[in-house]
Amino acid sequence: MMRHLLSIADLTVSDALSILDTATELARVSDGQVKKLPTLRGRTIVNLFAEDSTRTRISFEAAAKRLSADVINFSAKGSSISKGESLKDTAMTLQAMGADAVVIRHSASGAAQRLADNRWMSGSVINAGDGTHEHPSQALLDAFTIRKHLAKGKHDLSGIHVTIVGDVLHSRVARSNVLLLSLLGAHVTLVAPPTLFPVGVNNWPCEISYDLDSVLPHVDAIMMLRVQQERMNELFFPSAREYSRYYGLNSDRMAKLKKNSIILHPGPMNRGLEISAEVADSVRSVITEQVTNGVSVRMAILYVLLAGGPLESGSN
Amino acid sequence: MSIALSAQDISRALTRISHEILERNQGSENIVLLGIPTRGAHLAARIAASISEIEGTPVASGTLDITLHRDDLRLRPPRTIMPTHIPASGIEGKDVILIDDVLFSGRTIRAALDSLGEVGRPRTVQLAVLVDRGHRELPIKADFVGKNLPTSLSQSVKVSLSEIDGRDEVSIEGAN
Repeated sequence: MMRHLLSIADLTVSDALSILDTATELARVSDGQVKKLPTLRGRTIVNLFAEDSTRTRISFEAAAKRLSADVINFSAKGSSISKGESLKDTAMTLQAMGADAVVIRHSASGAAQRLADNRWMSGSVINAGDGTHEHPSQALLDAFTIRKHLAKGKHDLSGIHVTIVGDVLHSRVARSNVLLLSLLGAHVTLVAPPTLFPVGVNNWPCEISYDLDSVLPHVDAIMMLRVQQERMNELFFPSAREYSRYYGLNSDRMAKLKKNSIILHPGPMNRGLEISAEVADSVRSVITEQVTNGVSVRMAILYVLLAGGPLESGSN
Repeated sequence: MSIALSAQDISRALTRISHEILERNQGSENIVLLGIPTRGAHLAARIAASISEIEGTPVASGTLDITLHRDDLRLRPPRTIMPTHIPASGIEGKDVILIDDVLFSGRTIRAALDSLGEVGRPRTVQLAVLVDRGHRELPIKADFVGKNLPTSLSQSVKVSLSEIDGRDEVSIEGAN
């Protein structure tokens, strides 16, 4: 049984499917008259966001509140982190306040793992994005959205072709998605300019391509990644216009996709750069539905990690 | 292990419960049958089929999962959430019959009542169970009972249904 959610690499197929199935059942709470369940009453969840975020933070907050947990929001700006407090001291403070779980977003890869491994606190740790490493809850909500639209009654994603396009180098979303989608049986292709692939990508369980147009006709779901200008301290492509021309999804490229294919984007979008406004607002785009599904999937994560009884120490 | 109800006993009990539900509610027009997964859901489907046959019109039926409202969630590892299907006509103003296999402490039914509150406000809520084994921990009573089985706390009652267990049978296990 799981205690933390740090990385998709820690999950088995049955762990992942059980989170998706739980999310399916919890989605009906969001559709019901009363959007609230008593399940996590009396539990305290801390959102520790040492890096900017809109949707992940409010999504975790909405998920926790729908399960009746108490939520404490904690962001780097305006807290002691900006005065230089270490992660250890912050964690010990949270422990002293009796947090049952910490949802952590941090600019350093491995921050969530460090928090979980060092036993500075006894609660569960949920990785909400660590540097360029992983963003497991985003991958789970993407898999949930793809399964809902394309699995045709199947339990997993076997036979579905997913393409992830763009800034793979800086993307924790891409890494988590490649691991999860391939774990669930999907065929994954990454498309990016050679400068935006990380070292070692050849060992990932997916194919890689530099040519978007040749991949498009075979795709069931296409996920556009944000170009992360804030992490780019060197020049990775000559100009935004050139990137957009070769790797942006516009209406002409959308026309080459299969009829029932769907378009995903983890947000926030750079409209006009990796995705054009017409495509983002088209009927094939499931980008706002991803946000809705995100709440259900995060409720499922909190349920699986927190609803059960206390675990013996040392188990994960 | 001793057999408390055979397949034929179960079938007769469910037929009788179907008639009793119809008698109490003066027909099937305003009733909604909700089975509590797993075995209660199968029993609800059987009672629905039986009532539809007696009355000659289909009766509204579905399932109601209670996992998220249990009061013992923290005592065990997380449980799988089972499906809830509320009939399209809803439960607002209806006579809801909750159906479960065994009535024991009454805590499942308390959770079911809370869970119903999220769906709507029925006119009445009634309870049908295949077996009432006693030892209530809450002030809850069944309206329709297949069989009252006096048991000791050290015993366990096992309900097998053909849909999942391959045969219909209720047995009591353990020392008296």
